[in-house]
Amino acid sequence: MIPTLLRRLGQTLFVLFGVSVLVFAVFFATPGADPTARIAGRNASPQIMEKVRREYGFDRALPVQYMTMMKKLFITRDLASYADRGELVVPQIEQAAPVTACLVCGAAFIWVSASIIMGTLAAAFRDTWVDRTLMLAGLVGISIPVFWLGQVTNLITQSRYHDTWLFSWVPGLGYVPFSEDPGGWFRALVIPWVVLAVMFIGIYSRVLRADLVALAGEDFMRTARAKGLSPTRVMLRHGLRTALVTFVSLFGLDFAQLVGGGALLTEVVFGLPGVGRLTYRALTNLDLPVIMATVMYSAIFVVVANAVVDMVYLLLDPRVRDAR
Amino acid sequence: MPADPMPLLDVRNLCVSVPANGGMIRLVENVSFCVDEAEIVGLVGESGSGKSVTAMALMGLIDSPGVQVRGSARFRGQELVGMAPRALRALRGRDIAMIFQDPMTAFTPVYTIGWQIDEQIRAHERLSRRAARARTVQLLAEMGVPDPARTAQRYPHQLSGGLRQRAMIAMALSCNPTLLIADEPTTALDVTVQAQILELLRGLRHSHGSSVLLITHDMGVVAQTCARTLVLYSGRMAESGPTATLFARPAHPYTAALLDSIPPLYGPRPHRLPAIAGLPPTPRERPAGCAFGPRCAHVHATCLPAPPALASIGPGQQAACVLPAEGTPLPPRATAQATQP
Ligand SMILES: Nc1ncnc2c1ncn2[C@@H]1O[C@H](COP(=O)(O)OP(=O)(O)OP(=O)(O)O)[C@@H](O)[C@H]1O
Ligand code: SF4
Ligand SMILES: [Mg+2]
Repeated sequence: MIPTLLRRLGQTLFVLFGVSVLVFAVFFATPGADPTARIAGRNASPQIMEKVRREYGFDRALPVQYMTMMKKLFITRDLASYADRGELVVPQIEQAAPVTACLVCGAAFIWVSASIIMGTLAAAFRDTWVDRTLMLAGLVGISIPVFWLGQVTNLITQSRYHDTWLFSWVPGLGYVPFSEDPGGWFRALVIPWVVLAVMFIGIYSRVLRADLVALAGEDFMRTARAKGLSPTRVMLRHGLRTALVTFVSLFGLDFAQLVGGGALLTEVVFGLPGVGRLTYRALTNLDLPVIMATVMYSAIFVVVANAVVDMVYLLLDPRVRDAR
Repeated sequence: MPADPMPLLDVRNLCVSVPANGGMIRLVENVSFCVDEAEIVGLVGESGSGKSVTAMALMGLIDSPGVQVRGSARFRGQELVGMAPRALRALRGRDIAMIFQDPMTAFTPVYTIGWQIDEQIRAHERLSRRAARARTVQLLAEMGVPDPARTAQRYPHQLSGGLRQRAMIAMALSCNPTLLIADEPTTALDVTVQAQILELLRGLRHSHGSSVLLITHDMGVVAQTCARTLVLYSGRMAESGPTATLFARPAHPYTAALLDSIPPLYGPRPHRLPAIAGLPPTPRERPAGCAFGPRCAHVHATCLPAPPALASIGPGQQAACVLPAEGTPLPPRATAQATQP
């Protein structure tokens, strides 16, 4: 297993390198556009243009430019945003990342637990009203746009019913760091968690139910029943455990894209200063260094998360373990 | 029948129907047979003749929506049809065990072989993990699995088909079942492994005192293994009786046709075996009369209005064909081929 892991690590590093080259190329090596002007921002003075050109080495060969950019991103970490009065980019991301991570992890916890419970129940009570109700609920969850749901919950919990006993605990929009006030952190995040999780609960519970129903016809499920195991055990230890293999691969991709900025709408609606909102602001300001850094960050995250999923996959499925 | 000791399994008029197109179609119709203690009974028929459905119905394993199982199946005097799920579950795996056709897919892929055998033992007996594993390893060894302790720690996909089927049999035997239902246990295996597995099954009568209901579509396997044989055709009984009698004097043309399609055990194999032309009807499109009619060389007017009833032919032999009653039974087999045009 160790060589497999090492090989996977090597692959990951290689992919990361490829991604960084690609991102660099898209932003700074597109023919016909002067990267200096893009970095310096709109209406930059000639002095600033000159400074930027020298700082980033735009008058030198492309590989040098690439190296300079990577150095500024990962080593000296002094990539600055000219549109935003010279604010350093990397620390911004470092501040935003934990917010996004907290948001997404909490939501992931909710959606994984809820969808496992819902999907398993629906499969166990297949074709009964339990199944139909749960799956209909799932479908509704999938079809509600997250920003709309966010706005409506805000309307209800922040203004309309904020003064009733039910929602008076809800803090104003924004983020409270866990280190400052764990209770406040939880209160600030619990509604965004649920809102972000709703759609995924819908998708995952439906996928899991379909998987479990398909598995129910498998020979090994019949063997498990022929052994005299209880229906619960057959469903959980044999069906669910086997279905988890596909579940995890689905989860890895969604989780990675959310942490990489895909939770943008939720962050904007709830005023959470996460990576998604940072990207959103950078996009509205055309703040190129920030955009590039966040794209880079999310690419890295997706690649790393994929590698992690593959490892979990190895743990979950002995067949994959041997096949590599 | 006061003199008869109670058979281990006594199946009478077992019917299995599933809903289709607003009505019910019978997958299995009025199947009756007995299995005695330490006896091997063969259940033969072409693909789709309802062998697996019969076996699954006995185990209460058919879970398609709306399925109806009628008739009676007494196991040591206890009625299996309509038994409470919990009681049935206690029997399954402990008193009646089942092994399946395809050992490739019959184990859960994500657990080791040993884990899965331990699981069955611990489902029925209060045993520590370690004691269960010790029994597992011993069972695997009895089934001729090399290096049983290490094999127990391997995953299903890491074992060959033959080893997996041995492990499957070990799992089925783990709680000393009195009845083992083996659904085509050798079909997916190559010929030498097939012979070994059959040898193993034959030995179970002595080593574990188990009876076996052996499902197969191979008359050759039946000849080598089973004391009595039941021939199914399109979900109905065509013929049943002692294997030797059936092989010497088949009373049903279908049995005779199946016997003609056995490859000879010794000597050169014929270039092509005489196969029965056509396909068996699916339960949905069974003809009104004898289900074998469309493929039968002896079909005539009396076969067509209604399915012929099962009639006694000789000691222990029954056949659902009009020929014996009409005084024109099939000739005994030794001369059967000679007299045919
Ligand atoms: N749950 C079900 N619902 C509807 N039809 C079924 C069901 N299970 C089996 N059948 C049908 O019943 C018939 C008998 O099937 P069965 O699996 O018992 O055949 P078999 O004798 O075991 O054949 P094989 O040698 O291929 O295993 C087939 O025509 C099959 O399509
Ligand atoms: S009843 Fe008629 S059709 Fe059926 S097997 Fe006998 S002879 Fe053939
Ligand atoms: Mg079958």
